[in-house]
Amino acid sequence: MTATAAFTHPVYPYRRPPELDGTARHCGVMVVGAGPVGLTAAIDLAQRGIPVLVLDDDDTVSAGSRAICYAKRTLEILDRLGCGEAVASKGVGWSVGKVYHGDRLAYQFDLLPEAGHRRPAFVNLQQYYLEACLVQRAQVLAPAELRWRHRVVGVTQTADRAVVRVATPDGEYDLSCDWLVVCDGARSPVRHMLQLDTEGQVFHDRFLIADIRMSSDFPAERRFWFDPPFHPNQSVLLHRQPDDVWRVDFQLGWDADPDEEKKPERILPRLHAMLGPDASFELEWASVYTFQCRRMQKFRAGRVLFAGDAAHLVSPFGARGANSGVQDADNLAWKLDLVLRGLAPARLLDTYDTERVVAADDNIRNSTRSTDFITPKSAVSRLFRDAVLGLAREFPFARRLVNSGRLSVPTVLLDSPLNTPDHDSFAGAMVPGTPAADAPVTGPRGAWLLDHLGGGFVLLVMGGGVGHDDASALAGDAIPCQVVQVGGSAAGALADIAGLLTARYDAAPGTCYLFRPDQHVCARWRAFALPQVRAAIATACAIEQV
Amino acid sequence: MNEQRKGTTVLITDANIAAPDDFYEALLHMHGDLTEAQSALVNARLILLLANHIGDMAVLRDAMQAARAGVTGMPVEARHA
Repeated sequence: MTATAAFTHPVYPYRRPPELDGTARHCGVMVVGAGPVGLTAAIDLAQRGIPVLVLDDDDTVSAGSRAICYAKRTLEILDRLGCGEAVASKGVGWSVGKVYHGDRLAYQFDLLPEAGHRRPAFVNLQQYYLEACLVQRAQVLAPAELRWRHRVVGVTQTADRAVVRVATPDGEYDLSCDWLVVCDGARSPVRHMLQLDTEGQVFHDRFLIADIRMSSDFPAERRFWFDPPFHPNQSVLLHRQPDDVWRVDFQLGWDADPDEEKKPERILPRLHAMLGPDASFELEWASVYTFQCRRMQKFRAGRVLFAGDAAHLVSPFGARGANSGVQDADNLAWKLDLVLRGLAPARLLDTYDTERVVAADDNIRNSTRSTDFITPKSAVSRLFRDAVLGLAREFPFARRLVNSGRLSVPTVLLDSPLNTPDHDSFAGAMVPGTPAADAPVTGPRGAWLLDHLGGGFVLLVMGGGVGHDDASALAGDAIPCQVVQVGGSAAGALADIAGLLTARYDAAPGTCYLFRPDQHVCARWRAFALPQVRAAIATACAIEQV
Repeated sequence: MNEQRKGTTVLITDANIAAPDDFYEALLHMHGDLTEAQSALVNARLILLLANHIGDMAVLRDAMQAARAGVTGMPVEARHA
């Protein structure tokens, strides 16, 4: 195996903003923070034709690898944004996780036991690659403007706008916008400026992340050790990344000194204990972290919307940080688009809060449970943890209790006010509020169902049943809805080549599924009726109906 | 509370073991020669094995409540649903 070239950090040029020379500017949307979440939001908005200005205090991508595990749903969102293929092909795909206790395998899982999906359960990719890819995409979208070395130093808001004070190398200026999307990370300076808090739990433990460059034949799978011989009484996590980079995560305990532990002379012996005294590797990046599971009470504060780590924090076990942040942006962008165009009321943005708070609580609950297992807080918690790990060697039931991180899956928005409750009877998983399950098809836009859901409302109709006039009427509405037929001979109809679409959606001839622009099911029927579809679209846009 | 759970099993608190003295003897015998730490671990394993055998979350919650209430006089604090 030959070592591949290391990533070179791009430098994005600072440009003197015209506002410093007297040009005033008001934006529909501004995004603070050009990380994965802010860039996702900006690309999504720009693809919808909404001018969006992104402010970032730096001029390059993430220094370290940081978030490295991107889940299937995130890849599907990136597909919609034109970045999925680049991320998936550069990343290391994996779906198998192995959990060791001591020196023995306790448990093994496969996150994607089912075929017929375009994307794997996860790909591992350094955050800097993802960010570079997103920046490249945003740069070719005319409505998006990225401003580097533009630091937000003040925020005020009135009923109809937010005003941001921006500091640049050439001085400060003000920008106003209808909506401010804040994606400035866990420490969120903007959140502090607005004196908004997060509530939740801090965990008293410290972890060392080390990225090493090493040629190795270890397979691409997630490996987790409880109490391994090379790091007794603590846990260790290993992930493979592209470019022969490996992520090793050592639990250190609360008493560890973060400054000492970051020094190579402390890190190298730990790695040699794990990989062998003769292992040859290069230390690329290291960091010592603690973590918290907490969130803001509300993700919308007037004209300001918070997304990603700025709004909610989880422990890293389960890869629920960046993945949930990207899903925040996915939820928010289409709503902002409709509100800015005057097609939906501003209260649609309140459903960003209600829907993503449910998701954040889901992520926090899962991540807290994992943390309680990995970092037992009391003697009895430790006792049960060890009992589970011991039993898991012999008995299948105990393997289900082993919790080294429940890996990110999208939250089903079951109780969302944007759903139209079922009146017809359906079996299976695709209840309103569920993100679309993919399936292989043949059709005009690609080989997968998700290729045909695009970024607007889509009515998927099985076996015909919607006439040309009705389809044209829906496509011509103020909030358009494309009708996609499955089966039959109509032009543009999809073929369910493996029968998986029919199976996954419990579909029969005449069955209709209505998808929101973020590809979540929001209504379904056993037969088509135009007024029902229009009413469901209005419901999904928080439009009051008489 | 039990009325609200029609159709599910409730925790059996009347005598249900045919030979209670045999059971009790076996329980103590299981701990024979064990250190305190080993006994604690064996108890934890036993709880997990039995909990899996029972499987019914409502019964398990009732048992946890009953076990704790007799010691503290207080129910398990309400957790988020």
